[in-house]
Amino acid sequence: MKISCEEASSICDKSQYKEASFWDIFKLRIHLLYCKACKAYSKKNSELTSMCDRAGLNMLSKDDKDQMKRDLEKKL
Amino acid sequence: MAVNELHPENWVDLYADYLFNYAITRVSDAEIAKDLVQETFYAGLNSSKNYKGDAAERTWLISILKRKVIDHYRKINSKKGKAEVRMNYSSDSDAEGDWLEQQVADPFSRDGDNVMENEELGLAIQDCISKLPQKQALVFKLKTIQGMSTEDVCNELEINPSNLWVMIHRARTALMGCLNENWF
Repeated sequence: MKISCEEASSICDKSQYKEASFWDIFKLRIHLLYCKACKAYSKKNSELTSMCDRAGLNMLSKDDKDQMKRDLEKKL
Repeated sequence: MAVNELHPENWVDLYADYLFNYAITRVSDAEIAKDLVQETFYAGLNSSKNYKGDAAERTWLISILKRKVIDHYRKINSKKGKAEVRMNYSSDSDAEGDWLEQQVADPFSRDGDNVMENEELGLAIQDCISKLPQKQALVFKLKTIQGMSTEDVCNELEINPSNLWVMIHRARTALMGCLNENWF
């Protein structure tokens, strides 16, 4: 049942991407009940996720970037 | 005192996403934004001899991109008539009785302040991402922005999942610190 802080932060990271199992999240919750440091990390981590969602970040695909690089190299 | 130098061969890796985000918030179209970034790089190359090194590379490129955005709006505005908004009052039967103002209002629009703040937040995050080691930044972007599965990212970058999660953890910790300093 007991998990280390390292495990807790790992589960917390995965849960930001919805990739933590139900059982892992349960263990994390228990851990957060008594571990202040992980609780703070978990809060910050969720904030970061919601900020990234809110900001509506965009990026160019790898293909687009490769194409850009090729075009740019031609002109160098 | 030229302290900064241009390295066009690194431009795409270092600045493309930042410039792309900047552009997309201003033109709201991914294709156009992409073209503007490309044009910015070309213009940067062509006028590289005018670069005096008193601004950081990215700042200099952003200043070019700003001109490109303005040029873009000049161009579409010069096509007269196309900017005109045509609306037929109560053309749809189910909109009957609605006021014209309500029809014009975009139901998805949030209030202006929020949009502005989120744009700035987006650039602040991109700024922090660009301070990460390149591979960490890439892993973080693929997972967080592209929403790629762990398996796909691992295959593309030839790393194993535990590697990926270590990089994600470091990236997220660094980003929290960076945003703490630069945003809150």
